[in-house]
Amino acid sequence: MNGRRSFLRGFLSVLLSGGTVGGILKILPSKADAREAPPKGKKWYGFGVSIDKCIGCARCMDACKNENNVPREPFFVRTWVERYITRKNGQTTVKAIAPGDEATSESVSDKTILRSFFVPKLCNQCASPACVQVCPVGATFQTEDGVVLVNEKTCIGCRYCIQACPYGARYLHPKTHTADKCTFCYHRISQGQLPACVEVCPTQTRIFGDLNAAASPMSRFLRMNKIHTLKPGLNTEPKVFYANLDGEVR
Amino acid sequence: MGKFFEKFPDPLARLIVVAVAMIALGVFAYLVLLPKPVKDIEIQRADAVKREKAKPVKYAGFHACAECHDKLYETKKKGYHRDLSCETCHGPAKAHTEDPDKVKPTIPTARAFCPQCHAYNPSRPRGFPQINPVAHNPLKPCTSCHNPHDPKPPTTPKECSACHGEIARMKAVSHHVQLECTVCHEAPQQHKVSPRSVKPSKPQTREFCGKCHAKDARNAAKGGKGGKGGKESLAANAPKIDMAEHGEKYVCWQCHYPHSPEVEQ
Repeated sequence: MNGRRSFLRGFLSVLLSGGTVGGILKILPSKADAREAPPKGKKWYGFGVSIDKCIGCARCMDACKNENNVPREPFFVRTWVERYITRKNGQTTVKAIAPGDEATSESVSDKTILRSFFVPKLCNQCASPACVQVCPVGATFQTEDGVVLVNEKTCIGCRYCIQACPYGARYLHPKTHTADKCTFCYHRISQGQLPACVEVCPTQTRIFGDLNAAASPMSRFLRMNKIHTLKPGLNTEPKVFYANLDGEVR
Repeated sequence: MGKFFEKFPDPLARLIVVAVAMIALGVFAYLVLLPKPVKDIEIQRADAVKREKAKPVKYAGFHACAECHDKLYETKKKGYHRDLSCETCHGPAKAHTEDPDKVKPTIPTARAFCPQCHAYNPSRPRGFPQINPVAHNPLKPCTSCHNPHDPKPPTTPKECSACHGEIARMKAVSHHVQLECTVCHEAPQQHKVSPRSVKPSKPQTREFCGKCHAKDARNAAKGGKGGKGGKESLAANAPKIDMAEHGEKYVCWQCHYPHSPEVEQ
């Protein structure tokens, strides 16, 4: 009787502790895997933006709306361009431009402007995305080539991801009432074409490509420029890389 | 089995039967009735990826246009607009490639179109060709003087301000207003063709500014090249500094901006 009891007790404790240790071992490497670069030979898409080439013509915003059926109203955007104006007193104003904007009063040679430039923005397709983490129904997810997509069939439109995105890259589509965001034009890049905004950019401000490719405009962009990402302190590991980014840009 | 239920009072036994039946029904519904895609998130995601990939492409890409419009393509390839995709101006043209006769891409002719890129805006990078749409040949369509596929200015600009408007406007209200750009810069002819690969010269030495601004500049200007009367008096009236004492370690433009030299009282 005693022998059987002690045997059972010992057997159970080994089972439980083994399970715990095994569980920990199983969790740890899988997390480490997620942070590593993807295996070679697989696509891992990234995006480059040269700040000093952008002329703020908003062709990219227009093309994105054409390509992806984004509502025409100015506040529904998958990609947008911000105009930064830093004044001599250190004050910085940021305003998203709209296609066909007339030059405003501050565009006339204004002696108080210290520097001014445009910053194109889009979904950063983070390697560890906050939006994927918070989605309660698993509707937003990362594909194996690193693009964060929204499954509009399972999205319940709770807006949690819109709140969670530190870059403000998402909006609620007024027709489908689901979250919508830049997909790097997934339907285009899976056919080997460039995203629509990259296609129409007149000054090659926007560069798109596979980060694993040995020689491509994208890898050259990363090699030849000093690269920043937006809000690197949040550990979202963005895959939209900026060259010559001003410190004021968040 | 009967004996098992005898242990419980009758109502409880019934409840147990109902509960077991409901759990069984639930398990049956989950395992058999619910289709697999509803249960498996991986299938849902694969489905979403498939749907995303199936979305229609509207921009055909820059290769597609060259197949038929090869002449225009060749013209454009040599001009300043060589890096522009056709669809930047003409809009999405995938439908046009599929049915060239029925669907025609737009040809933007409105005067408001070109200034989207070429209107003066101080946030635009320096050297990008910009005009003031209000003052630049008002009411004339852009295409009456410029060929958008090979956008040369109707006459090669003698004025540097055609491209460097920002600097020209700044210089126009500065104390250097009377100096031509060529006083300080030598622009090779090739600069007008490939502005970024062939750059104009910039003064390299302190002595260059000293020609006008050094204490003994009037004599130097007389002896130096371009001894015109106007330039002489300009040099004579320029603020003078002692080259030996004034910021000797630095070249002038490390502190002063020559296009808009500040005036210190």
